Amino acid sequence: MQAHQRMLDPTPNGQHSGKSPLLRTIGLTKRYGDFIANDCIDIEIWPREIHALLGENGAGKSTLVKAIYGLIQPSAGEIHWQGHRIALSGPSEARSRGIGMVFQHFSLFDNLTVAENVALGLDGKESFKDMSARLEQVSKTYGLPLNPRREVWQLSVGERQRIEIVRALMQDPKFLILDEPTAVLTPQEADQLFIVLERLKAEGRAILYISHKLEEVKRLCDTATILRGGRKVETCNPRLETAASLARMMVGGEVKEVKAASGRKTTVPRLVVNDLSLAPAEAHGVRLEHISFELKGGEIFGIAGVAGNGQDELFAALSGERLAKDPGTVLIEGIAAGHLSITQRRKLGAAFVPEERLGHGTAPRMKLSENALLTGHAASGMVHRGFIDTAATLRTVDRATETFDVRKAKRDPEAASLSGGNLQKFIVGREILRNPAVLVVSQPTWGVDAGAAAVIRQALLDLATAGAAVLVTSQDLDELAEIADRIAVMFHGKLSAPLSARDASREKLGLLMGGSSLEPKEIAHAAGA
Amino acid sequence: MELVEAIILAVLAASTPLLIAATGELVAERSGVLNLGVEGMMIVGAACGFAGAWLTGSILIGALLGILAGTLMSLVFALMALGLAVNQVATGLALTILGVGLSGLIGAGFVGERITPAVHLAIPGLTNVPLIGRVLFGENGFVYFSIALIVAVWWFLYRTRAGLILRACGDNHVSAHALGYPVLRIRTFAVMFGGACAGLAGAYLPLAYTPFFIPGMTAGRGWIALALVVFSSWRPGRLVVGAYLFGAVTILQLHAQGWGVGIPSQFMSALPYLATVIVLVLLSRARTGGSTAPAALGTVFVPDR
Repeated sequence: MQAHQRMLDPTPNGQHSGKSPLLRTIGLTKRYGDFIANDCIDIEIWPREIHALLGENGAGKSTLVKAIYGLIQPSAGEIHWQGHRIALSGPSEARSRGIGMVFQHFSLFDNLTVAENVALGLDGKESFKDMSARLEQVSKTYGLPLNPRREVWQLSVGERQRIEIVRALMQDPKFLILDEPTAVLTPQEADQLFIVLERLKAEGRAILYISHKLEEVKRLCDTATILRGGRKVETCNPRLETAASLARMMVGGEVKEVKAASGRKTTVPRLVVNDLSLAPAEAHGVRLEHISFELKGGEIFGIAGVAGNGQDELFAALSGERLAKDPGTVLIEGIAAGHLSITQRRKLGAAFVPEERLGHGTAPRMKLSENALLTGHAASGMVHRGFIDTAATLRTVDRATETFDVRKAKRDPEAASLSGGNLQKFIVGREILRNPAVLVVSQPTWGVDAGAAAVIRQALLDLATAGAAVLVTSQDLDELAEIADRIAVMFHGKLSAPLSARDASREKLGLLMGGSSLEPKEIAHAAGA
Repeated sequence: MELVEAIILAVLAASTPLLIAATGELVAERSGVLNLGVEGMMIVGAACGFAGAWLTGSILIGALLGILAGTLMSLVFALMALGLAVNQVATGLALTILGVGLSGLIGAGFVGERITPAVHLAIPGLTNVPLIGRVLFGENGFVYFSIALIVAVWWFLYRTRAGLILRACGDNHVSAHALGYPVLRIRTFAVMFGGACAGLAGAYLPLAYTPFFIPGMTAGRGWIALALVVFSSWRPGRLVVGAYLFGAVTILQLHAQGWGVGIPSQFMSALPYLATVIVLVLLSRARTGGSTAPAALGTVFVPDR
């Protein structure tokens, strides 16, 4: 009954502008073979409303908005726009009706200019010159500065998102869909985005806001629809809920809390990086400049930063995918390792978990046991006299499965058949079971459901408690706050001085992520802590 | 003086098929499709072009038939590589093997026959101007067409919306699809244009270069055209320079053999191919910053629906 009431009255003041919803789906269903991505979803979007769409990965959020934007055709169900039933032939029809979209993985073209990118998102009825002029005008009006002549690959992630938003705004949409817009922004950039969104709302536009950052949703959104496993669970007013109650609705149960063991002792330095500089390997890569840090056993060191600021390059330099000129720039267990191969570094006791699960962390079409062998062959006794001990590789799979609750259809499936969260649990498990002295892990819970994320974070904490040194690169500040002892920020290939986790407020980290430096006083304070 | 003019004319004649074929491949690659079947499409164009001209007595019909043959060959490629999402490299190589066989079959009855080659332009007063007269005003239609073609392609790619969309498909097909552009349809048209150009370039050989057909007469020109596209870093302006440079190397080796330079003729014949390899190596070494290849080049795209 209570749920019913909420659905009738989703806005805080109980007043909808307009008599009918701007957009309404009735029983919207999308099937891919046997898999039902969206199961009979009803949703109403009203003008002057910021409507949150919540759910875990795989809950069906992206499928739903793709159907609303005309990118995919629903298998069943209806879409009503301004009271009339419509069938969208494609995104250009959606745009002409007034539906705009800002994609999660930006739909931009790296080698084209800003103006060309915007032109591609419009219908081409005005000349390129008029369009460029209007682009500058719109970007000025909304406080989203852009230089139309620059090529996209030269721009930061925040600037790229601005292009997407300006492109959508230039069509004067009545309804704007944003797919996880703040996932890649610094807290300050996110605040600026919220100002723009509030303004769009005040102008009478409706916004569908996909996110899994619950605090953000509570702050910004008037209504929230929660999806789980392809079905709609609830429509509610997020301001009347707590983050915990929203999380329960998303997950369908309690999320396990991560507990750090008290009194962890730090021991000897196990991973030391001394003035590491490295030229980029790729055309648009980042140059690492004078990176130094020391990581003791029993410690978790977090590296924050917006993606693309040199984290991938640092990971490659630490793992041995790229070699440093001077062996002394990377020390593992006190041994100069800058010139050593990946296998040699593993033999010294290091383990690595890259960001990309399929294709980097595992070979997608190979079985889990074979993937276990690929990183464990040198130091985990799976190879005898050059022959593979198949039983040992399977034992590793079984141990990882048991210890980290990896859910899979059979004992030894292909890596690609596992869900993101389960595969990540397997990869982290595979490395942790080798009892590494040093674990370097990049974006450990990116795109992983809340349950699996908790398991992985707990595993990292337990590993540190057991005396290993753990380096975590993450864009998720909450994650770093939860598990890291010290946090430093990467920006343009440089690493800031580390802050102790207690002192590392979102504001400070956000400033560093945006390239500002802290007051010298604060750094001194942090270094002393 | 006459020798210089003769060399320039010979270079033009040798460069034109390279320029036409490479122009077509440039457009295909700019849309993100790597069609390695240029050689195969060219040789089928040569056989069909000659057959058409011999049967009808018309060079124009021969050229049109060459274009049609090249386009049909490219449609086979499009069906496999775009429609069925087969690996583009494998499909392109298979297309070349198919083309070499097919051209032998089509051309078998025409080996040894001769036709009257394409007429050269003759404007009284202008064509007789020494040195530049015959170069500028005394060429056959293919040469003028090839220049017009590359200018048109440049204009299309950089000055029209359709060209922008085509480049966008080559840069990021996922984004282009997300914005609602029919990536596969656009690529099919680009591949067909590439096929038409390759067919025309092939037909040029028996219709204008040598007035007869022999099997395998493209002699690797399709591969050189492919290398030229990379050499040009996918830009039309540089493509013209590259095509004439390679044409010049081809002619140079012929003349060098004539002058009796003390280098084995086999080595001289290999010069254009050697130059291709060397240029590619130098270019890949010299490349710094700013990627030049279309980012989606050669990658398979399957839209979700």
